Amino acid sequence: MVRVVRIAGLAAGVLLAGSLAACGATASAGSSGSAQTITLYNGQHEETTQALVAAFEKQTGISVTIRSDAEAVVTGQILQEGSRSPADVIYTENSPPLEKLSEQHLLAPASASTLGTVPARFNSPAADWIGVSARTTVLVYNTKALSPAQLPKSALDLSSPAWRGKFGFAPTETDLQPVITSITRAHGQAAALAWLKGLKANAGSNVYPDNETVMSKINSGQVQIALINNYYWYRLRLQLGAAAMHSAVAHLAAGDSGYVLDVSGAGILASSKHKTAAQKFLAFLVSAQGQAIIAHSDSYEYPLRPGVAAAALLTPLSQLSPAPDTIADLGDGALPLTLLQQAQLG
Amino acid sequence: MQAMNGTRLATAVRPDSPAAGHDAAGGTEQEAASTAVRRAPWPLTGTAAVVCTTLLLPVTFLVWQATGVGWPLISRLLMRHVTLTLLVNTVELTVVVTTCAALIATSAAWCIERTNLPGRRLWRVLMLLPLAIPDFVVGYTWSSLSPAIHGLPGAALVMTLGLFPLIYLPVSAALRRADSTLYEVARGLGDNRIVAFVRVVLPQIKTALLGGCLLVTLALLAEFGAFEILRFQTFTTEIFTEFTLGFNAPAASALSLLLVLLSLLALTGEHIVGRRGAGRAAPAATAGARVLRVHRYRLGRATLPVTAGFAALAGLSVGVPVSTVIYWRLQAPDTTLPPIPLAGAAWNTLAYAGSAAVLATVAAFPVALLFVRHGGRLGTLFERIGYLSQGLPGLVLALALVFFAVHAAYPLYQTPELLVVTYAIMFFPLALVSLRASLVQAPPRLEETARSLGCRPLAALARVTLPLVAPGIAASAALVFLAAVVELTATLVLIPTGAHTLATAFWAYQQNASYASASRYAVVIVVIAAVPGCMLQRWFDAGPSRHPAKEQS
Repeated sequence: MVRVVRIAGLAAGVLLAGSLAACGATASAGSSGSAQTITLYNGQHEETTQALVAAFEKQTGISVTIRSDAEAVVTGQILQEGSRSPADVIYTENSPPLEKLSEQHLLAPASASTLGTVPARFNSPAADWIGVSARTTVLVYNTKALSPAQLPKSALDLSSPAWRGKFGFAPTETDLQPVITSITRAHGQAAALAWLKGLKANAGSNVYPDNETVMSKINSGQVQIALINNYYWYRLRLQLGAAAMHSAVAHLAAGDSGYVLDVSGAGILASSKHKTAAQKFLAFLVSAQGQAIIAHSDSYEYPLRPGVAAAALLTPLSQLSPAPDTIADLGDGALPLTLLQQAQLG
Repeated sequence: MQAMNGTRLATAVRPDSPAAGHDAAGGTEQEAASTAVRRAPWPLTGTAAVVCTTLLLPVTFLVWQATGVGWPLISRLLMRHVTLTLLVNTVELTVVVTTCAALIATSAAWCIERTNLPGRRLWRVLMLLPLAIPDFVVGYTWSSLSPAIHGLPGAALVMTLGLFPLIYLPVSAALRRADSTLYEVARGLGDNRIVAFVRVVLPQIKTALLGGCLLVTLALLAEFGAFEILRFQTFTTEIFTEFTLGFNAPAASALSLLLVLLSLLALTGEHIVGRRGAGRAAPAATAGARVLRVHRYRLGRATLPVTAGFAALAGLSVGVPVSTVIYWRLQAPDTTLPPIPLAGAAWNTLAYAGSAAVLATVAAFPVALLFVRHGGRLGTLFERIGYLSQGLPGLVLALALVFFAVHAAYPLYQTPELLVVTYAIMFFPLALVSLRASLVQAPPRLEETARSLGCRPLAALARVTLPLVAPGIAASAALVFLAAVVELTATLVLIPTGAHTLATAFWAYQQNASYASASRYAVVIVVIAAVPGCMLQRWFDAGPSRHPAKEQS
């Protein structure tokens, strides 16, 4: 009986603790609600988002609560929440999730002045989200295993048997989707499917859950070559130091269908009750100050506002010559998923 | 797969086995028969019905959402060659892991509870810790140790080491309450150790063992994180692709229904096996304090190899992943992400997981009581419903609850309360298995006697049965707590915006490959996870040590 009492006491204690924590959390949410507060669903790299939010809060006095998760999850969550979403702004790494929300009429128009800040080709075709930064696909290769002269000029070459056992990739990363779409547009679905099957055969057991792992396998030499977004290499360099890099970045031939410029953007929810503050946040993301934060952050992405230079290590945006895909061409990611599933990669 | 695994056990518990006929509990069979007929009091049935209705919400939602997907998409996704491969993968892995985990967990529980193994206090804590190591850490550690660890063997190794505590804890709780004299009698009658174990002890722990196996099976169906790292595709990884690349929650829901189907198969299998010889294998506990008499066997010359086995098990399941965390800890911090306050995250973890442990245990008690004491179709149905949620991936379950909360309980959305309820739904089966196993061992006769002496029903329950099932209650709370401490996917979706648990803080840094910064949260997770182990330890020690017979050998 003594033990039962002790257990009951413990249980009561824990319950009390739980409800106290609950009250605490609710109270803090309530108190910050009295000032102007917006909620940001964030699928971008959290470090840069945090830096942007801190600067925005300081400049405007509007506070931003951040909810971070994979871009697919925040998007999926908004799709479930529908018109009752607590989110005011969504910020993602790639355009397909924003296009998906746009198709479902869950985004509100961005203000014309904000849209005008970045070149129109980087914005939503429906004008309901803005391009904030861009990244491009590059070849990364192990410099001990390969010389620049040995590198393929086209991404299509990577499916040739010559790269068997040397190539590695992360097929379920959202970064691969735009590449598949671009190749499909240039060469047709059959060619894109054959390409994916070739990649799968070449990769063998070098199939990884994410591009961070692919990048570290390249650097360690376990994988010789991969096609990934450029920033992974620069971030690894930042982490390990230049001396520890046994890999390099190379661009594909100009206009190659695997050479894709991919836009990261942000949009305001149609259901937002704080649209004015949310518009200010969008404007801040593409302001000179916001874009400078992106340029100087460790995310190594291209700011899209004309006149703001990217990190000095990167090939300047103006010197890139990616495939001519538009945002609309890259779509909502449905087509590449079907192809990945047909290639038994998804 | 559960059925296949269980068949072995079923033959072991053949009704004609003499051990099953042991009359230690006194007229066990007749008693079971009479209690089954006794009608359940309506408040008990009512409470269980409310609990089970809540538990059914996610599956109901999945069915509803799946109907909107349309057959062409579902058939395109399901009628692929890869589906068969994934199903075979899933089934193979489940059979291998469940079998290995059952063998390891039962041997470990036997050695700790019934032998003079040195360092039992330490082993008891270490046997629980694997549950507290996030699957990402485990997967990452093993895959970085050797690229050879991948595919089926890799996944089987990692999952066996991570999940065996789900069987160990209920089984050791059952052994605590099982009368060891029967085994002595069997040995005295000339059975060798193995035969005596199979004839006597296995029936005593059968409910716990089967329940634990069921938990492992369901956890495997839902697992995703570790498999992604170990490059092992199961049906759940397929569901995630549909979701992460297609943003198609309805299609993911439709595919998840196949997991529900697999769960139902496992549940049916376990039910059929569990029913064989029911009533015979049941109450191992005899009346009163004699229950706690434990005979410990000298390991003798086996002491060294057995200890070495425990060291190896703890080393592989806890030592290896923890050393990775320590290695990360020693690296220089490498991020500009502002630090997430450790104390706040730790407090949230404690509060959410602690509340979930209490809620799940309290909610599971009436369901387990109804099933064990009154049975019947309704009791069985409720009990089976209780397990369904565990076979669903956390993300699928969380998004289903998002929909419900947003449309039916908006003020609760993204509050700590809803998160706690979500944990309780997700980990309800852990509570149910532990409680069920210990209730089976508590003879209803004692409670009836108390009532015949004028005790009110609830008072009789509290004064007689609760103390008898206390180890089960403690095991239930401990399992739910540990599972909730490391839960990530549903937490990210349902936690109050801006708040962090240790798991989400770990994730935030790990996403940026800032392992040095991530590791401090992992260290605290492991420390917190040792708490229930230590509490159970003190708890267990407080019992039998009062009885001088404990250390006889």
